Amino acid sequence: MAESAAMQREAAPAAESPSPPALAIDGLWREFGDRAVLGDVTLELQSGGSLAVLGPNGSGKTTLLRILATLLRPSGGQVSVLGCRLPREAWRARGRIGYLGHEPLLYRDLTCAENLRFQARLYGLAGDGGKRIGSLLDQVGMSQRANEMVRNLSAGMAQRVAVCRAVLHDPELLLLDEPRSHLDPEAAALVEPLLGTAPGRTRVVVTHDVETGLAEANLVLALGAGGAVAYAGPANGLSAGDARAIYGGRP
Amino acid sequence: MNAFRAILGKDLRVELRTLQSVPAMALFSVTTFVIFRYGLDRTTLSGSLAAGVLLATVLFAAILAINRLFVAEHDEGGFDAIRLAPVDGSALLAAKATALVVYLVVLEAIAVPVFGTFFLDDWAGLAPLAGVLVLVDAGLAATGVLVSSIAANSRARDLLVPLLLLPLLVPMLIAAANAAEPMLSAGGPSYAGTGKWLAILALYDVVFLLVGYAVYDFLLED
Repeated sequence: MAESAAMQREAAPAAESPSPPALAIDGLWREFGDRAVLGDVTLELQSGGSLAVLGPNGSGKTTLLRILATLLRPSGGQVSVLGCRLPREAWRARGRIGYLGHEPLLYRDLTCAENLRFQARLYGLAGDGGKRIGSLLDQVGMSQRANEMVRNLSAGMAQRVAVCRAVLHDPELLLLDEPRSHLDPEAAALVEPLLGTAPGRTRVVVTHDVETGLAEANLVLALGAGGAVAYAGPANGLSAGDARAIYGGRP
Repeated sequence: MNAFRAILGKDLRVELRTLQSVPAMALFSVTTFVIFRYGLDRTTLSGSLAAGVLLATVLFAAILAINRLFVAEHDEGGFDAIRLAPVDGSALLAAKATALVVYLVVLEAIAVPVFGTFFLDDWAGLAPLAGVLVLVDAGLAATGVLVSSIAANSRARDLLVPLLLLPLLVPMLIAAANAAEPMLSAGGPSYAGTGKWLAILALYDVVFLLVGYAVYDFLLED
């Protein structure tokens, strides 16, 4: 697997494209105090591509996503998101990124609609995003609960509203940290058109669902004790079995 | 400006809905006046004692609100949501400072008449005192927002805020008490020497507003 990994790592950046890559990462690392949580990540993802990030708990997946979202500064290495060098040009990338993390980033004492209107104002959407908010809540099956406080929603319902928040401003890059967590199969199907692969949509998806992650990805990043390895996608040789090995043989 | 209005509107809406800060501040102030009244065993106060009791009470009541200023941002992911948006950090600073000023004005609208009822024979000094309180509110807002945002990520937030804030507020309290003292003097309000202290108060406000504007983006970084 190691040889295959090295081969694929070289193969990953080989795909030529006239437009600048959506993500260009070279030797990225991050530590908290003395503890390194992310080491030597190198990859390039073209616009419209989909990157699946796999790895066991504590391997740095969320840290990577937060760095790409401009919420964390890298400790070292070079990171470019949507053509903006981080952290220096983070302000240029903000507003073009949709981030769905472990927390829904919604105020519990505001209603679903008020939360989304607040976001729309932050992003300067016309008419405070009125029509778009209605349409998104309808798509995720939450229009009946638009005026309900977030504190009264179940985790799954809050996640559906969080999906609306993440895509409200029609971002160029979606950063998704286990986006289907808390969602039942029906709800997962409802949010799929908003978060799934689509032409022109660039995505980075952290997932423990290996099969789905591999099926959707052009590029796979495996994080683990052995460091970070980028594969040019399942079609180039990374099998579900190889991917499971990233988790030490666990499914 | 959009972001400023959005954040301020959100904060005021949440406060109106949950009543987490202002009622606690008002109750604290009234209770403190009762304690001073019986603790000092005085039915009237004037001059520096009156100014000290009123301003110290407002200052300690403000700490209750300052402690809570960024709780939702920290606990509910508001910091991340705002940092993900194309929003300048100064919009958050300005909105939080304005929200705090609004809370303080509402507090003073309740606390000052109660103070007058408890301790003043002559209320004539309260009208000019409004000018001092406006400058005090601006100073509390400028320093409070800075300290509160620093302490927001700490588990010892409730301890850190007064520990960091109170020393910073000492110059402001000295200037405000000296400016208010002649307004609350026993023989009726006078304005002797207040100009100098009001200027110092205004300078204090400007300095901390500028410091906040300069460093706020760095405070928001993880």
